[in-house]
Order: sequence, then structure tokens, then C-alpha cells
Amino acid sequence: MIKIENLHASIDGQPILKGINLEVKPGEVHAIMGPNGSGKSTLASVLAGREEYEITEGSVTFEGKDLLDLGAEDRAREGIFLAFQYPVEIPGVSNINFLKTAINEIRKYRGEEPMPAKDFLKLVKEKSALVELDNSLASRSVNEGFSGGEKKRNEIFQMAMLEPKLSILDETDSGLDIDALRIVANGVNKLKSADNASIVITHYQRLLDYIVPDFVHVLYNGKIIKSGPKELALELEEKGYDWLKKDQAIEA
Amino acid sequence: MSEIATMNVKEQFLSTFGVQDFHFDTEASKAARNEATKRIEGLEFPTSKTEYWKYTRINRIVKTEYKIAESTATIDITPFLIEGMEKNVMVFVNGFYRADISTITSQEGVIACALSEAKEKHAELFASYFSKKVPVDEIFANINTAFHQDGAFIHFAEKQKADQPIHILNLVEGDQIITNPRNLIIGEAFSEGKVVTSYHNLNGGKSFTNAVNECFAAENSYLEFNKLQEEDGTSFHIATDQVQQEKSGNFTINTFTFNGDIVRNNLNIAVAGENGYTSLNGFYLPKEKQLVDNHTRVDHLVPHCESHELYRGVIDDKATAVFNGKVMVHRDAQKTNAFQANNNVLLSDDATINSKPELEIYADDVKCSHGSTIGQLDEEAIFYLRARGLSEDSAIRLLLNAFAADVLEHVGIESFRQLIEEKIENGLKK
Repeated sequence: MIKIENLHASIDGQPILKGINLEVKPGEVHAIMGPNGSGKSTLASVLAGREEYEITEGSVTFEGKDLLDLGAEDRAREGIFLAFQYPVEIPGVSNINFLKTAINEIRKYRGEEPMPAKDFLKLVKEKSALVELDNSLASRSVNEGFSGGEKKRNEIFQMAMLEPKLSILDETDSGLDIDALRIVANGVNKLKSADNASIVITHYQRLLDYIVPDFVHVLYNGKIIKSGPKELALELEEKGYDWLKKDQAIEA
Repeated sequence: MSEIATMNVKEQFLSTFGVQDFHFDTEASKAARNEATKRIEGLEFPTSKTEYWKYTRINRIVKTEYKIAESTATIDITPFLIEGMEKNVMVFVNGFYRADISTITSQEGVIACALSEAKEKHAELFASYFSKKVPVDEIFANINTAFHQDGAFIHFAEKQKADQPIHILNLVEGDQIITNPRNLIIGEAFSEGKVVTSYHNLNGGKSFTNAVNECFAAENSYLEFNKLQEEDGTSFHIATDQVQQEKSGNFTINTFTFNGDIVRNNLNIAVAGENGYTSLNGFYLPKEKQLVDNHTRVDHLVPHCESHELYRGVIDDKATAVFNGKVMVHRDAQKTNAFQANNNVLLSDDATINSKPELEIYADDVKCSHGSTIGQLDEEAIFYLRARGLSEDSAIRLLLNAFAADVLEHVGIESFRQLIEEKIENGLKK
């Protein structure tokens, strides 16, 4: 589905990603872990199309298309969804209104008719239930006055509405209490299918108790330095990252 | 030297009006004209040194040659009609009333007729209200009083609710036309009514609309007055909106400015009766090299009143916007609540906003606030919306509509509000 090859990216001349290789196939869940400053969020931002980053080397192919050639909106329309680490508050823009615009612009891109209002409302009802999002939150201004947990649930709600092929969850678990974490993870799990895939970026192993990954990758200093099965996450929880950093230092 | 030059400009400017025929005038109207003409003799056009006009140079306005030209042309007014308001449309072309293309549906307790007709037909009302409160030291308001051709006279009788809003449609046909439209709107005690006045060019440009709107809101009346300014981008517009509000009244004025080379609104509201509620709002969208200047003044003369002011604007290209909002809380106006906000979004590096809130408070037990913001659109919000599949254009439009929404909620005529929403959207389309 997505193939990242030797990806290098920098911001303000400062290299952050220094040669990422990663392939995600339909139906798979990949966890990306790593210490602060290793480049996890940069990877998410670069994939979503944030323009502050400069791609200096490498390629990203999504469903056979050169992803790096597309603007952020076209990536979304192709089926990539980024759940933001810090969802933005947008006063005056209603959640529902903007989602309707988003869905219809995506459909237009795909050569489909706009979604009938009735179907849309039905979808809202169904998907907001999935993340136990209050109906009133769905119709309020985007993230305005939402608690941290509500913001993250709103991200998953939007993800459910847009039905992406590839979801990238950027530290969706940070700042969540156990209940909110369970709701968010539960939403993600229910949306999982054989046709879609997820990249779950997290700092903590805790999330992976709820969203079980097929692969775990460790990102350090802009590179994936270790990949393994889900058990790797437990090992990291126990031993931290230092042993990997040492290995890396020796290799270098 | 410069004084002589100014004199010449004024004389030149005034000579345009020499040929007018005011055969419909009554004694009261003639008297008002004469007084204004006398005052004009002692007044000069404002210069850049005139504080009240500091940011708006009117040289280009007064140095243009204009003509007064009644038009009998066949005109299709449908593009200017507002949905649901077609039953009461008073049409003025080049400042002259066009009964033939106007539609007035009689409503109980509502008088809607040309001011020229009202002068005789409703002589008593005219004599007691006309030009009673208009500022005597402003040359443009005086010019209107002295040389106005016509305008709308609207009267909401006591305890009457007008079900249908009234649309005053001002059209200009031809180049370099000058008009002095004069509206007089009276809401008697416990009455309720809504009015829209809109200004458009049919063809041509470089016209100058020098408007005066007088509104009297009696005890416990509910009045809403909306202005839509979308003349040609080469045209000038100076308006004086004079409002007198009595006890327990509820008055709303909304000003929407979409087009015009130089547009200046002088809005003066005297809150003269206790327990009044005043709402004044505006949205402006200047582009290219246009200038929109909103000067508002609210005089709180008595205790226990509340005023809310919200002006917002989106300024593009090399355009300039000016907001000067004065709230004067007089010594006796205890327990006044006065709130004022002016928010601006600059879409280009060359756009300018001069925002000047002015609170003058002479009472000691009041609640007043003002705030002024200038900013760009939130880049992070744009990216967030794009990451959900919205084009950059849609994202920007959504954000700007949200920005305008707080102003639009004060429009009580649903279809007019929608029209303004559309105009904002279209105004933003590049």
C-alpha cells in the first residue's frame, strides 16, 4: 500500500529524517516507537504533506502513485488520514459542516456524486457512536473547548467518517486517561479491515495493549534502527531505548 | 493660496447642483435646504489635517466632475432583488424614484413612499423628524440635505409589526453620476420593522453616492436597518447614518461593504432613552486599491443602556480599511454596558488596516470594553482542513465564513443573511 524508500527530510536546513525505509501492506498495523526527537512526528507530518519540511532524498509510493508529488488535500483524497498529535481548534467552523465539505470534495476527486444529506446524517450518527462522541460535540465548532480526550476522539470520529486506506495516528494516546484510551483504541480496532492499514506512532507501549501491531519499528535519530514483531514493544517497555542506541553507536 | 484652491474645488463641486428642480418641495423642506446651504458656505471639504477624516483622502471624490441625470431607461431589477423581499421594493435610479418599477404591498400600519411624496402627504411627520439630528458641521451631510432629490420615507405606526421587510434599491445608471439619496425611517412606540437599503451600479462607474439615512426609534420599538454597499469598484460612497433611539428601544444596524473605490460610513447613534439596546455591526471586504472607512459613534446619554458593536473585515490586495469606533458614555449614563470589537484579517502583505477604538467615559459606574485584532489566517487550521481533504480554497473560505458568522447572526432577515453569506463567498473567490 505504501512504500517509503530512503526518505530524507529536513526543516530549516536541519536534517530530521535520515533514510527511512518502510513498507506497509493492506490489513497491517505498524507501530513506530522511539525516544523524543527521533523524528516520529516528522515522519507523520511528511507523509501527510506538511509543507514546512523539505524532502532531500528518497521516495514514497502510495498505491502506485508518487505521494510526494501530491498536496496535502490530494493525499487525503487518495486515502491517507493523519490523526493529529495536537488537533487544531477552529472557532466558528462546525465539525459537521466541515466534514460534509471534506467528504464531498473527496468524492468529487474520485468522480463520485455528493453524499445525500440523509446518508450523511446517518453516517454521523453511526460513527460518532463508535467513539462515544456526544452528538452535541459533533455539531460544535471543530475542537473548540474540547477536552484533550474529546479532541482525540474527534480525530478518530473524523477518521471513521472519511474511511481512509491508511491511517497515521500521531501519538493519539498521549495525554489520554485509561477510559479515553480504551475508547480511542476500540474505535481504531473496529475500523480495521483487510483493505486498510495503520501506522501507529507512539511513545508508550501502553497503547499497544489495546491496538495490537503486526510490526514494531524503532525510530532513532531519523532512521529505523530495529524492527520486530509485537513483542519488541514489550522489550522496549522493559529495557528502554538505551541498549538500541548503544548498538547504533557501535554500528556507526 | 491653498485656501483659494479649496474654495474653487467646493464651488466647482457645488455648481453641479445648480440646475436641480425641487418642484415637489414644501415650505419645511425648502427651509431645511436653505439652512443647510447656509451652513455649507461656512464649511470646507475635509483635508488630511481634519482628524475625523485623517485616513480617508476625499480629494479624488470632490475633484471628479459629476452630473445629475434622471433616467427613464427600462431596467431589469431582478438581479438585485432579495428573495422573500420582492413584495416591497422601492427603486431609485440615479437618486430619482421610479414608481413604475417599484412594488409596494400595503401593510397595516406601514407607510412606505418616496420622500418627495411624503413631504406633502405626511407633512407633519416630515416637519417633526426631517434633518432634526443630522450633524450640522459635516459638509457631506449638509450637501445631502441641501440638494437631495429623493429617497424612501418609511413609517412604522405605533404598536404595529410590519411582517414584510422593505427593500430600498438604489441603482446608478451611467458614468460620473452624483446622487444624494435621503432616507427617513421612523419607528413609532412599540412598532417593529426591518429595512434593507442596497446600492449598486448598473453600468458605468465613477459615480458618487452621498447618502443620508435618518432613523428614529421611539419607545420600545424594534428596528433593524441593513446596508449593502456594492457599487462599482470605481465609485465613491459617503454615508451619514443618524440614529436617535428612545426608551427601551431595540435598534440594530448592519453595514456590509463589498465594493467601491472609496466608501466612508459615518454612523452616529444617540441612545437617548433608558433601557435601550443597540447593536451595530459591519463586515467589509475591500480589495485591489479600495478603501473602506467605518466611523461609528455611540453616545450613551442616559443610564441603563447596552450597546454591542462588532465590525469585522477581510482586506486583500492593496486595499485599506479604517475602523474608528467611538463610544461616549456621558456623565449621567450610569450602568451603561458598552462593548466594542473590531477584528481584521489581512490577506496580503500590502493590505492596510487602521483600527482605532475610542472609549470616552464620564460616568463612574459602567461596564465598557473594546478590542481590536489584526491577523492573518491560521496556517495550522488551513493545513488541518487540507489534511482532511479540503482544497486550500475551501479551507480559506470556511475559515473566513466562520469569521463573518458572528457579524451575520445579527441580521434578522434570513434571506438577506444568506445573500450576504453568498456575497462573502463570491467576494473571496479568486
